[in-house]
Amino acid sequence: MIIHHPILGPRDAQEFVYLGDESLIDRPDGMTAGIEAFHDYAYNRDNPAGAHRELWYHEQGDRSWLVVTRNTVTHEITKVELARDVARAKGRTK
Amino acid sequence: MANALKARTALGAHDPLQVMVGALVVTERFDVALASVAARRGRMGDLAKAAETIGLPLPEAARHASGEVYAAFWTAPEMWLVEAPFASHELIAEVLKQALGDAASVTEQTDAWVAFDLLAPDLAPLLERLCNVDFPAVVVGYATRTMVEHLGCYLIKHGRGTARLYGPRSSAKSLLHALEAAAHSAW
Repeated sequence: MIIHHPILGPRDAQEFVYLGDESLIDRPDGMTAGIEAFHDYAYNRDNPAGAHRELWYHEQGDRSWLVVTRNTVTHEITKVELARDVARAKGRTK
Repeated sequence: MANALKARTALGAHDPLQVMVGALVVTERFDVALASVAARRGRMGDLAKAAETIGLPLPEAARHASGEVYAAFWTAPEMWLVEAPFASHELIAEVLKQALGDAASVTEQTDAWVAFDLLAPDLAPLLERLCNVDFPAVVVGYATRTMVEHLGCYLIKHGRGTARLYGPRSSAKSLLHALEAAAHSAW
């Protein structure tokens, strides 16, 4: 599988480490959001047969976190973004 | 007493090693000082200005560039690994911290890596056995992190038959063994 890194171009998937669902970016504030929201964040994941947004880490490359949109049925990758950009677009400052 | 203390190379010898296998010449570089430079958040403009005054090149993604004293290659967004002559820049991290101020975070890297200069008429037969970099296809000055025998390394292309490989210092012998084994296979 080839992942088209937004900065470095096509890279073999063996250079990357998979973390999981992109929703991990949206960690609720543990002090104010309430236990339900945090439980949902920690344990509940969708398991779609189709497009899935997921976090990959370019460990044997530039050490960037990526948000990869991958079809879980065909493994086709339709979009690759820097997780930093995705988080900032959501209003995160870090 | 202090005068009697002499640093050993990454391979544990007193002098840097040079070995020839087939068409390949591997030269251990013991005379390169290294430091990482990363722009602090929102300070890239300040870093670029400060770097310019000391002649420190900050090349674009996946590239290596040489200045008069400093050379550098890109390792991550807004982060570089800087090379300088060890004889004049043994304290490279201190020197860079002074010059770049609080625009960048600097870490000493000299003793974290082993540096091998690779020389052959064409390095493609060697590197295609060792890593997934398409060496003939990439431009001169290309620099990338890649895996060689499960070791995370930096590979810098200086020409069709010249490249520098930085590997983890504690695995210097393993990396050299991998180079020798691949060279035996290639030539």
